[in-house]
Amino acid sequence: MTGAPPAAAPPVRYRVTARTAETADTASIVLEPVTDALPPFAPGQFAMVYAFGVGDIPLSVSGIDGHRLTHTVRAVGAVSRALHGMRPGETVGVRGPFGTAWRLPDTPGADVLVVAGGIGLAPLRPLVERTLAAHRRTGGPAVLVGARTPADLFFAADVERWRTAGARVLTTVDRPDPQWYGEVGVVTTLLDRAAVDPPRTTAYLCGPEVMIRAAARAVVHRGVAPDRIHVSLERTMHCGTGHCGHCQLGPLLLCRDGPVVTWSQAEQLLSVREL
Amino acid sequence: MTALLAGLAADHRDRLLALGRDVAWADGARIFEEGGPADRFWLVRSGLVALDVHVPGRGTLVVETLGEGELLGWSWLFEPYRWQLGAVARGVVDAIEFDAAAVRAAMDDEPAFGLELLRLIGAGTIGPRLHAARTRLLDLYGGGQDTAGTGPAR
Repeated sequence: MTGAPPAAAPPVRYRVTARTAETADTASIVLEPVTDALPPFAPGQFAMVYAFGVGDIPLSVSGIDGHRLTHTVRAVGAVSRALHGMRPGETVGVRGPFGTAWRLPDTPGADVLVVAGGIGLAPLRPLVERTLAAHRRTGGPAVLVGARTPADLFFAADVERWRTAGARVLTTVDRPDPQWYGEVGVVTTLLDRAAVDPPRTTAYLCGPEVMIRAAARAVVHRGVAPDRIHVSLERTMHCGTGHCGHCQLGPLLLCRDGPVVTWSQAEQLLSVREL
Repeated sequence: MTALLAGLAADHRDRLLALGRDVAWADGARIFEEGGPADRFWLVRSGLVALDVHVPGRGTLVVETLGEGELLGWSWLFEPYRWQLGAVARGVVDAIEFDAAAVRAAMDDEPAFGLELLRLIGAGTIGPRLHAARTRLLDLYGGGQDTAGTGPAR
C-alpha cells in the first residue's frame, strides 16, 4: 500500500458539452467544469461521476484536453444508464482524479504495445494519444483491439487517425457479421503480428480481467518482463479515497494503489480463487 | 521468415523448403473446401486467410483468420487427411505451398526431421489454436462491465 488515503472531497459540477454514441449501448460524454476545475487527470486515472439523484460510478478518463474530460460509459446499471443518457447542457458531479496512471516507458524509443478488450480501449485512448505524441520520431505504438462483434468496436475515427500517425493498429472480433472483412479470433492471436521487440517492449492491457489474464500470460510468453506489463484492474470502487475497502484486492486498495498496476503485482492476486 | 521455418534446424529447413513453391491468391479465392482432401498446406507470407465452416441454415461462417507467418492447414498431418474447415483469401495472399504427401514421406524417411516439424507445428500452431478456442469460450469481452476499466456494472 502507498501512504495514507487522501481526504474525501465534495463533487465538483461539470457540464456535459458533447455526447457521442459509440455503440448501441455505449456513449462518450465530454465534460467541462461549470466553475472550478478538478486537478489535472493523467491517462489511466479515474473519476467518480455522479448522476444527481441516481448515484455515482467510477469512470476512467477516455479523453483529456486541458480541463475537458471525456468518459466512455456503457449503459448496464442505473447510474451508467443515467450517464449514458446525458445530453449537452446537463450537469453531473465529478470527484477525482483518483488512482494510479499509466506509466509511459522510461527509455526513449522503447516499443509500446497496447492490448484492449471491449470497452477497455477507453482508458487506453489517452495513453495512445500521449504515446503517439512522444513517438513522432521513433514510430508509433502497436495497438491490438479485440471485441465481441463488429458492432462493439468504437473510436473508429481515432483508430484511423492513429494509423495515419504511425500506429500499427490491428482489430479482431470473436463473432463476425457478414459485412466484416477483418480479422476473426481472440485478441491474443494478433500478438505475433504486433511487430514489437519483446525485450524492449512496455505493454499496456485493459479489458475484462479474464481477457487481461489471457493477454498478460501471452505477452509474458513472448518475452516481455512482467514488471513492464501494466494492467488496469476492475473492482467495485466506491469512496475513491482508500477508506471504504470496497475495491480491496489482497493487499491493494485499487482506487488508490490501482487501477493501474504491473502484471508482477497482479498475477498472483488474480490467481487466488478467493479474491 | 515464419516462426515455423525459423524454428527448424538449417538442414531441416532446407529440406522442407525444397518441397515448397510460391503461390498467390486473389481476393476472394477459395483455397480449400471443408471436407475436401487435405493434400497440401501453406505458410502464409502476406495477406489474410479466413477459415470458415458451413452451418446449415446459417450459411458460411468465418471462425478464425490467419495472417502473415502462420501455418495454413494441419489436417494433412493426420488421417483421414480431410479439411475440417474451409479457407478463402481475404485480399491478395502470398504463401509457400507444400505437397502434403511429399512432406509426410520426408518425415517418415528422416524421423529427426519429422519429429522436429511435428513438435514445431504442435507448439506453434495446434496448441495455440486450441488455447485460443478455449479462451474464446470464456467470452472475453462480455461480463457486464460498464465502467471503462474501473468497476463492475452499476
